Amino acid sequence: MRHIISVILEDEAGALSRVSGLFTQRGFNIESLTVAQTTDPTLSRMTIVSSGNERVLEQIVKQLNKLIEVVKVTDLTSQDHVERELMLAKISSTSKEGVDLKELVEIFGCKVVDVKDKIYTIEVSGKTKKINAFLDALEPSNIIEISRTGVTGISRGKKLI
Amino acid sequence: MELNGAEILVDCLQKEGVDHVFGYPGGAVLHIYDAIEAQDKITHVLVRHEQGAAHGADGYARANGKPGVVLVTSGPGITNAVTGIATAHMDSIPMVVISGQVPSPLIGMDAFQEVDATGITRSCVKHNFLVRDISDIATTVKKAFHIATTGRPGPVVIDIPKDITIAKMEKEEYPDSIEIRSYKPTTKPSNRQIRKAAELISNAKKPILYSGGGCVIGNASRELREFTQMLGFPITQTLMGLGAYPMTDKQSLGMLGMHGTYEANMAMHGSDCVVAIGARFDDRITGNLAKFCPTAKFIHIDIDPSQISKNVVADIPIVGQTAQVLQALIDELKDKELSDISNWWSQIEDWRKIDSLAYKKSPGVIKPQTVIEALYEVTEGKAIVTSDVGQHQMWAAQYYPFDEPRQWINSGGLGTMGFGLPAAMGAKLAMPEKDIACVTGEGSIQMMLQELSTMLQYATPVKIINLNNGYLGMVRQWQEFFYEKRYAMSYMDALPDFIKLAESYGHLGIKVDQEKDLKPALIEAFKQKERTVFLDIMTDPSENVFPMIPAGGAHCDMLLAGRDEMVSKDETDFNAV
Ligand SMILES: Cc1ncc(C[n+]2csc(CCOP(=O)(O)OP(=O)(O)O)c2C)c(N)n1
Ligand SMILES: [Mg+2]
Repeated sequence: MRHIISVILEDEAGALSRVSGLFTQRGFNIESLTVAQTTDPTLSRMTIVSSGNERVLEQIVKQLNKLIEVVKVTDLTSQDHVERELMLAKISSTSKEGVDLKELVEIFGCKVVDVKDKIYTIEVSGKTKKINAFLDALEPSNIIEISRTGVTGISRGKKLI
Repeated sequence: MELNGAEILVDCLQKEGVDHVFGYPGGAVLHIYDAIEAQDKITHVLVRHEQGAAHGADGYARANGKPGVVLVTSGPGITNAVTGIATAHMDSIPMVVISGQVPSPLIGMDAFQEVDATGITRSCVKHNFLVRDISDIATTVKKAFHIATTGRPGPVVIDIPKDITIAKMEKEEYPDSIEIRSYKPTTKPSNRQIRKAAELISNAKKPILYSGGGCVIGNASRELREFTQMLGFPITQTLMGLGAYPMTDKQSLGMLGMHGTYEANMAMHGSDCVVAIGARFDDRITGNLAKFCPTAKFIHIDIDPSQISKNVVADIPIVGQTAQVLQALIDELKDKELSDISNWWSQIEDWRKIDSLAYKKSPGVIKPQTVIEALYEVTEGKAIVTSDVGQHQMWAAQYYPFDEPRQWINSGGLGTMGFGLPAAMGAKLAMPEKDIACVTGEGSIQMMLQELSTMLQYATPVKIINLNNGYLGMVRQWQEFFYEKRYAMSYMDALPDFIKLAESYGHLGIKVDQEKDLKPALIEAFKQKERTVFLDIMTDPSENVFPMIPAGGAHCDMLLAGRDEMVSKDETDFNAV
């Protein structure tokens, strides 16, 4: 099963490599990993998407907690949360018979943020599923290049992590 | 008063109560050595190889419970120490390693003797630091000792660039204590879990206590004894835990696992309630997980939550310090009525009668088991015994029943050949009044021989018991059993004359090749209080370690000495109890 794990950790040099090292060392899988500062400049938040059964997940959470610099670990998937991913996609405009690009942009609620050499750069954000669906709707040969951020997430309402 | 970084560092070590540092100098740490030379509270032990420094500090820590301290230079200094750091890490030994680093402006420039020390050691330390400013030295040292010695202990590396040891600043007070918001190990168990565990324990009909290194490192021996005796349960101990409970006591079933006793393994296999205390269900203990303890419920006590339900799912997990958890269980169970387990004990006594450690002597050869038995006799069971890795290690564990914790010092987790000799040296420095024996093999001893020189310089008399079978015996045993006797590279040709070798290092060497000379030689060796004695004992090259659970086997699938057939019990035997 896919899990979104949110990690609050000290913003220190080496902390990121400790986390990524842990995943390779113990053979845990990483689908995506994002990291950036929080409102407290001494802390960062890392969001990791991983998959595995319950026991693997339990080990992931425990092993992360064992790292000295980790303050808190939460499995967002197990609670009410919001998740988003952002993608920038360069799409060639020379569409054939299929759906019109502008129409797709509208359906998926994306934005065209740039155009150059008849190539549109489109910004899509949403759940991973939505981004995948957007890509599926395109003619594969029209997709020039994509860049995805990986998932970030946060719990809903008053609950803090 | 203005001090340089090196002086501040050494001052911090003094404030931590460090009395011995095991190290080796080099360019990046010369300022630190200068500061060490200028004081006399800390004795620096100059080893002959940085791996020896780490094992020496490790042996020191295992013998007296204080953190071991290591000082090495950058580049090859720290890489040489890595094996020793990993060894300490696997066995949760408190250790602080200070490594020099190239000057800050040169980091990342492929400077002379530069390696990424924090990167290289990351996966084999509890934590590591790269000091970036002289004003961080004191708090970093405080944090390092705090992290190394609390929770589940382990090694911590502090990498210090040379320029930081040279810079100067006004001396500040060394902090008495430190708070690390992201590091708060649980020590006290949850009351709810204690009540649940007590319930299961009091209803158990075939209980067994399975205790590990956590009872030694956690100084829980007193509580373990009280707990075990109060319950009247059988207890088996892991290779790392031997001695926390006295092995000569009748409730002790000896060691369990791959080379454990018949009664210990059978009792595990038949148990309905396994209480794991500071043990981590290592694969050498469990054998085939799918067949492990088929009828048991598990109570798992450990300071490290990540050990619980890692290999075996715990029915009742209890996170906390072994001593505190055991005390809480003692209090909870004091007035509780327990199930009658007399049938269980009589079953265990039947298993015991198999006498799985029995071995046959043959004329003309010295059996390695006999050597350990004689060592036990001559030292009256009171020596601190360190060992290397191989058959000799297993025989030492099997035939020297340890009655005290910290009496048995070996590399259980990593299985590092070369550990025994420097560890014996460290143990002697920690416990100068104790007799120290290093049980080793002709293969292992050659991995850290150079420390014989250090041992002369620092006058650390230990007795080296070299079980010389002319083979990498444990490898040979596996090749005999599982590779149709194709003995690839397990025979050690061109062995040195160990007697001359010991003598050339200024020690005494005694060769023993007849059983009748064995005891007199041991007595003579231990009489030599001030000297290191190298006993080169020629033992039966074909002897194997039994009992043995072959890979993939269950605890009831044991090979016993002198029996061609595997002794395999079918499940129905257990239902009879
Ligand atoms: C550093 C290291 N390399 C290799 C091994 C694998 N190994 C385990 S036991 C053993 C043989 C040890 O031989 P010896 O010290 O003579 O002991 P014996 O088994 O003969 O008693 C070897 C090579 C190891 N444990 N450590
Ligand atoms: Mg040998």
